[in-house]
Amino acid sequence: MVSYVIRRLLQAALVMLVVAFVSFSLFRFAGDPVNNMVGQEATQEDRRELRERLGLNDPFPVQFGRFVVDALQGEFGISYRLQRPVEDLIAERMPATLELVLVSAVLALITGIPLGVYCGIHRDSWVSRALLTVSLIGVSLPTFVIGILLIYLFSVQMLVLPSFGRGEVVQIGWWSTGFLTFSGWQALILPSITLSLFQLTLIMRLVRSEMLEVMRTDYIKFARARGLSNRAINFGHALKNTLVPVITIVGLNIGSLIAFSIITETVFNWPGMGLLFIKAVQFADVPIMAAYLTMVAFVFVSINLLVDLLYYAIDPRLKVDRGTAAGRLS
Amino acid sequence: MRHVAYALGLATAVAFAGGASAKTLNWASQGDALTMDPHAQNEGPTSTMNSQVYDSLILRDSKLAKIPGLAVSWKPVEPSVWEFKLREGVKFHEGQPFNADDVVFSFQRALSETSDFKNYVNSIETVDKVDDYTVRITTKGPNPILPDQISSIRIMDKEWSEQHGVQAPQNYKEKEETHAVRNANGTGPFILAKRDPDIETRMTVNEAWWGWGVSDPKTNVSEIVYRPIANPATRVAALLSGELDFVLDPPLQDLARIKATPGLKVEQVNQIRTIFFGVDTGVDKLRHTEVAGGNPFKNPKVREAMYRAIDIDTIRKKTMRGMSFPAGIITSPGVHGYTEALDERLGYDVDAAKKLLAEAGYPNGFKVQLDCPNDRYNNDEAICQATVGMLAKIGIEVSLNARSKSIHFKSLQNKESDFYMLGWGVPTLDSHYVFSYLAASKGSWNFTGFADARLDELTTLMETETDSAKRDAMIKEAWDILKASNVYLPLHHQVIAWGMKDGLTLPIVPNDSPQFRTAQWK
Repeated sequence: MVSYVIRRLLQAALVMLVVAFVSFSLFRFAGDPVNNMVGQEATQEDRRELRERLGLNDPFPVQFGRFVVDALQGEFGISYRLQRPVEDLIAERMPATLELVLVSAVLALITGIPLGVYCGIHRDSWVSRALLTVSLIGVSLPTFVIGILLIYLFSVQMLVLPSFGRGEVVQIGWWSTGFLTFSGWQALILPSITLSLFQLTLIMRLVRSEMLEVMRTDYIKFARARGLSNRAINFGHALKNTLVPVITIVGLNIGSLIAFSIITETVFNWPGMGLLFIKAVQFADVPIMAAYLTMVAFVFVSINLLVDLLYYAIDPRLKVDRGTAAGRLS
Repeated sequence: MRHVAYALGLATAVAFAGGASAKTLNWASQGDALTMDPHAQNEGPTSTMNSQVYDSLILRDSKLAKIPGLAVSWKPVEPSVWEFKLREGVKFHEGQPFNADDVVFSFQRALSETSDFKNYVNSIETVDKVDDYTVRITTKGPNPILPDQISSIRIMDKEWSEQHGVQAPQNYKEKEETHAVRNANGTGPFILAKRDPDIETRMTVNEAWWGWGVSDPKTNVSEIVYRPIANPATRVAALLSGELDFVLDPPLQDLARIKATPGLKVEQVNQIRTIFFGVDTGVDKLRHTEVAGGNPFKNPKVREAMYRAIDIDTIRKKTMRGMSFPAGIITSPGVHGYTEALDERLGYDVDAAKKLLAEAGYPNGFKVQLDCPNDRYNNDEAICQATVGMLAKIGIEVSLNARSKSIHFKSLQNKESDFYMLGWGVPTLDSHYVFSYLAASKGSWNFTGFADARLDELTTLMETETDSAKRDAMIKEAWDILKASNVYLPLHHQVIAWGMKDGLTLPIVPNDSPQFRTAQWK
């Protein structure tokens, strides 16, 4: 067990290092921050000086080494664009993204699962067919189109929901929340629907196919033979058994929700980490880009690690000694 | 689902109740100010934000004419000494009195190593306090345009800066934020109430501003709230839905839509920015393509042929949707030295262009790479695409290299471009600025290899010539030299457009920097 966990942790650290290295080597293609930091009047001398001060003239391995050493101490430097410490900026933006992701995930679950169950049970009804067709659109329409459509409908045409921003927020310690104000909830509606649509349709289709699978199994037939009510069979027996893969997918997708919220945040001007990152790219603000990519990698790596460890707890087959297992495979 | 429906219902009620606070002005643009430190970043949006809070000795009105600011009058007392009489009884937002010490301090700060405004003040030798309300600025030589230059230098309070340790603008080495990045204490018409970079900036009106009834009538705007919205579609949607009162930079393709919406209007003016192409005549061989006989741009006939092949009216109508003024020189109306005669273009003439190319020895044209930004000027990439097609008609095969501005400008400065797009604004509103950066042989943005001894001489003479008639003649001569060379192929002066509610009066300013002190709600 211990060796398994250590091996996993070492792998995770290696992945982080590789991600940091790859993203860092991409920054040289993002352009020159210095030009964005000084006015057009700045002389070549001024530019050279600033480049020197920022350490941009150092060779790549030196810059990367310095970045890793600082990052290990939780320090990502000062943003070129906003002139503030990057850790502070990310900490300020994180609540906005996490709240949006949380609401979207909940929305996707509480609508996706019942719809999936319905489609699984009534597989031939026209409602299920209609839902499946609509869900195809949900999967295939790009997020920004959905976002713009929603803004057009609810903000410009009907004037009922805000088209951008986060509404009023309440500060609780370092966490800023939009959950405690009315305008905060209002502002959440459109972006969370936009962000959840893809996950929702995914979950619905997944639950449906799992349901169809489970409904064919012997224990469901046996339950029917026992004369259990439809409700007890569908929700008590069938749904429970479909949830394992659903939970796995949802868990893994939380990571992608955080990463893909970039587009939703851009469309709705949601002041989260994704918007911070997009602006950093436009400005070639290397400290923020490096910190953000490292953080997203960290989120993915930790979720994967967690899932792996959970499997280890759930699946007894993994507890078999590795050597024996390998022997059996060959 | 029921919760959503419930929220939707309530939202309707609130949206309609929300329209009552008419005195607040909500506005947005693409990008936020980078800092509230008035000497740290010489960048448009940053200066716009800072100018609401901080005053300069000399202000600009909405036509960009100089008007008294914290200085009530100024005059040269010797060829290289300017004397400024300061306004009495002015207080900073936190209550400190304004006097000559603050002026001396602010100029020293603008001259410090980490300042981004050094180039506006580097002609200054010393700034001396004569008495509490008189300051003398001694320049290294006579400087006739000093008042124009220092209208960009904003005045901070000496005591406040010392108290908060911000005697110099932000230095990136420090790895920490300075107090002045998110806090401000100026003498200006608005007081910074909340600064949340990239999210929200609130400013409340300074009831005690010295300028109410002096430089401008008292505004009835009680508060300005700024929220940057990067996505243009979202920005326009927020204006259409009434959440915003004013959008600084609506995209060109949406202007008709805004105009057609009841309750909204569009204001337009030509901007102090001209867009043009430059060709490098200085290198012996092109960097990106092989052309027999070396660098074709060295031949003035080739440059004229390219100029004549650009159909600027089509670019204006199709690419810019009418939002541009074709240009004959690379500076705009409003800049000292501009004349309509200079702004006349060479005629569009494909046959003449072909003939010129043939005479120059390229009857079948040649290949060249055009470098363009794609996120800097209005429709920059589309203009370049249009040009590719137009030059193809005279046989010049152009491969377009469109890229982000942060790559484009670096590559220009590294002298890696044969043929490039550039736009140039003139904050001092004087032609000398254009010559010193773009035309002088040592100009830091002159990537054309153009070097003319007479023009260099004129550029230097203009700096110290105090006789305005003589100086104007020099400017005219310099323009004639530059225009005849055709190393720059002028395209057009950009037009700026602001979208706002009908009930709002906010005079549009050609430097694209709104002056909220002039705003009035009907």
